[in-house]
Amino acid sequence: MKPGLKWYLSAGLLLALGVWRRARVADTVVSGDVAGWIALATLVFGVAACAALGVRARLAPPAAIGHSWWEIGLRQFKLHRSAVLGLQILLLLSLATLLTPLLSPFDPNAIDPVAGRLLTPSWIHLMGTDHLGRDVLSRVLYGGRISLSIGFLSILIAVTLGVVVGATAGYLGGWVDGLLMRIVDLFLSFPRLILLLTIVAVFPPSVFLIVAVLGLTGWMGVARLVRGQVLSLREREYIQAARALGFRSRRIMARHILPNVLTPVIVAATLGIGNAILAEAALSFLGLGVAPPTASWGNVISDGSRFMVDGWWITSFPGLAVVLTVMSFNLVGDGLRDALDPRHSA
Amino acid sequence: MSVLSVRDLRTYFHTDDGEARAVDGVSFDLADGEILALVGESGCGKSVTSLSILGLISTPPGEIMTGSSVQFGGRELLEASEDEMCQVRGGQIAMIFQEPMTSLNPVMRVGEQISEAIRAHSDDGRASVRTRVLELLERVGISDADSRYSAYPHQLSGGMRQRVMIAMALSCKPAVLIADEPTTALDVTIQAQILELLRGLREEIGMAILFVTHDLGVVAEMADRVAVMYAGRIVEEAPVADLFQRPRHPYTEGLLRAVPDPTAPGRLMSIPGAVPSPIERTSGCRFAPRCPHVWQRCHATEPPLAADGPTAVRCWLVEEPERRQDS
Repeated sequence: MKPGLKWYLSAGLLLALGVWRRARVADTVVSGDVAGWIALATLVFGVAACAALGVRARLAPPAAIGHSWWEIGLRQFKLHRSAVLGLQILLLLSLATLLTPLLSPFDPNAIDPVAGRLLTPSWIHLMGTDHLGRDVLSRVLYGGRISLSIGFLSILIAVTLGVVVGATAGYLGGWVDGLLMRIVDLFLSFPRLILLLTIVAVFPPSVFLIVAVLGLTGWMGVARLVRGQVLSLREREYIQAARALGFRSRRIMARHILPNVLTPVIVAATLGIGNAILAEAALSFLGLGVAPPTASWGNVISDGSRFMVDGWWITSFPGLAVVLTVMSFNLVGDGLRDALDPRHSA
Repeated sequence: MSVLSVRDLRTYFHTDDGEARAVDGVSFDLADGEILALVGESGCGKSVTSLSILGLISTPPGEIMTGSSVQFGGRELLEASEDEMCQVRGGQIAMIFQEPMTSLNPVMRVGEQISEAIRAHSDDGRASVRTRVLELLERVGISDADSRYSAYPHQLSGGMRQRVMIAMALSCKPAVLIADEPTTALDVTIQAQILELLRGLREEIGMAILFVTHDLGVVAEMADRVAVMYAGRIVEEAPVADLFQRPRHPYTEGLLRAVPDPTAPGRLMSIPGAVPSPIERTSGCRFAPRCPHVWQRCHATEPPLAADGPTAVRCWLVEEPERRQDS
């Protein structure tokens, strides 16, 4: 294949999508819907980026071999084929999520309980329809938006909290360390799902609640990981050397310790997103997650669970989406661990 | 005039097994522009002494006992605040370490690390800092400084890394450099180059060097004066030529005999026994259990560090030379 061709093709596909859905593009401009604008921005940015990458691939000579940890890591990662595949799936899914308002064939909440009920997959409804006549493909696309956002946001909270707690405990040591680690133990001794169920049962269900709850119950692993890393890094000679040069604690933490903790944290976060998505699906399946009629993968599966025999497609496709996503995150996480772990790369 | 003066420095570590007296009453002076070698076996307290001077002992478990004093340019460092110490460290007293392989941050380009050291102590702009870094790299003998600036530590050899460490330590023209076994991890030819570099820089900047080592060959090459440490104490202090020609303390004699002599092949001499644990406390001389000349007095009371001109020895043989037993 000619260099840059795949980028040109991608740009063309995105452009074609915009032209095909030009009515919706026009609607968005008029109505000012936020999700629509995000989709439009993704489209414009995507076309521009693909075109630019295409031009660069054709004009620029292959880049010199880099030696930074990230460049070495990237090379290692590329050798990990399943991880690359996982990453590609995730990129596609993320893109689909961002472009959902343009991509989805129908309104995910439009019902047609009489004529359109439990239709098998066809060219019109690629994934069939559910018991209320809603298009499953549209619901999976919109549901993916919710599920992936919950996954990313809750992990963001968990990682931030975990890094702050772990780094503080590891660097300060002493009674601060003792106190923080006992809090971690306390949080870890709660069964997560039951804790989730309790909290969700008390407060009115909303996406923010789920993100907050998943974030606040998922940080302990990261905290322990970071604490352990900081404890071992703190004793390294280069930290002592940095102290002997008169660097202040805050600078040592920010410039010398945290960057070296980052790799395992990234791996943990990647693996954690998969778990968060699973937890959200479980909650929604139990009817305690995202409030219906809003679609999330768990919701759609839950809706279809009563029609397993008459409408296998209602549960199968969102189920497949969950499996594919979680598996991809795990593949990428494993690949990152192998690529970034200094013990694996020479 | 002495730029650094250590008096009765005692650094103890509180461990589960008891109080470990790593440094137990060490005193010495470092004159302007002088190279003082601090010599001794592993575990004798050399490194703890140098870390104590910079206030880098972690407390707990460590503790610098009251009554200790470290005077630098007329200031008492042991009473300085952490903020003041951050100014002193790297700014006026710099330190280089034994392991060049692990003394640099693996995820930062070496140029950035040196710039960081400069910027910690000055408000210079980015461009002038970069010029200064390139000058430093060239000064410490790194050719092709421009491309080495953006190299990562793992791309450099051990000798190169030690040069980078030296560049970082010297970036603010310190008055005192503490070199903690800076050449131990390097092979001999590189070792000679680094020693040569340090000597040249001493002349140029006019700094004093506290050279911590266990290698007597390096001492002979580098030092003006030598202080020999044993079990947390200084047992002998002398100008370098004096020490090598006329060692006064039995421990120093033993150390010198343990240096391989290529002209006299045969079994290498060693000092029988082992360094006493810093937790055990004995009333007498700490070297008594291993000393060939030992008599009752040595076990009963510890000799004082008796000064005689430029030299000082902590041994009863000074008072009773007839007790020396020829071996």
